[in-house]
Amino acid sequence: MIIDWNHFTPYTALAGGALIGISAALFVLFNGRIAGITGIVSGLFRPVMHDSGWRIAFTLGLIIAPMVWLLFGELPNIHIDASYKLLIIAGVIVGFGARYGSGCTSGHGVCGISRLSPRSMIATLAFMATGFLTVFIMRHILGA
Amino acid sequence: MNMKKPLAHLAVLIFALVAGLIFGLGLILAGMANPAKVLAFLDLAGLWDPSLGLVMGGAIAMSFIAYRIAGKRSNSFLGLPMNIPTTRIIDKRLVLGSLIFGIGWGLAGICPAPAFVLLGAASIKGIVFLVAMLVGMGLFELLESRHKN
Repeated sequence: MIIDWNHFTPYTALAGGALIGISAALFVLFNGRIAGITGIVSGLFRPVMHDSGWRIAFTLGLIIAPMVWLLFGELPNIHIDASYKLLIIAGVIVGFGARYGSGCTSGHGVCGISRLSPRSMIATLAFMATGFLTVFIMRHILGA
Repeated sequence: MNMKKPLAHLAVLIFALVAGLIFGLGLILAGMANPAKVLAFLDLAGLWDPSLGLVMGGAIAMSFIAYRIAGKRSNSFLGLPMNIPTTRIIDKRLVLGSLIFGIGWGLAGICPAPAFVLLGAASIKGIVFLVAMLVGMGLFELLESRHKN
């Protein structure tokens, strides 16, 4: 393992993580909900009366984040190497898998681990494992 | 959600919006909205960028206490019922679904929350991913409703 010290950004990673944690804390204390994006969005597929507004509001908050950021400075670099074809395949897999497993990086990874949920710990180990493995296969075996 | 007063309902929406906004800003600051950085974290065998491991650490440090408090309450500060998952069953769905999700995450370096941030950043590739992701979620809904009937 070779650590890429040139791209290692411990302070912004910790600070960004802290913001995510503050968001999750606010959301559970005030709204009584888990800040899991998959769960929040999936509730919109079968809308229930009086249960859609907060879902839309949270999602909208995510969408406007880069615009609000732009009021104060330039957005950090966003780089996507994947081809359109690969993005479509990956997107379908992510959407399907996250729903099937009842959560993604936010719901299981951040919120679930913070509340010491055994289910979320297992889920996080599972998606981290296939995440690492997939990148290994793509980059070091297939050489894409 | 049973709302007595319109003002209380508005507060719920505002807190949800602000929570989503802070979450999104956190993703951008942390580097998680940059798929190349996510993939650099997942690439253990290459030049490894460990940054994103710290994102989870920072997040957990801030939310751990909040969940302790929330777990002891039956209502939120806005008077809503606490809606925290109580399931403890570790089943095939959980494991298989998460394994599948990880494959997609490793292919593009994008997970659901950053996909919405990429939409706001007007990233065309991000939007393509987001639409595909919503199709994947819809596909699951469809298969599940068929399964149930």
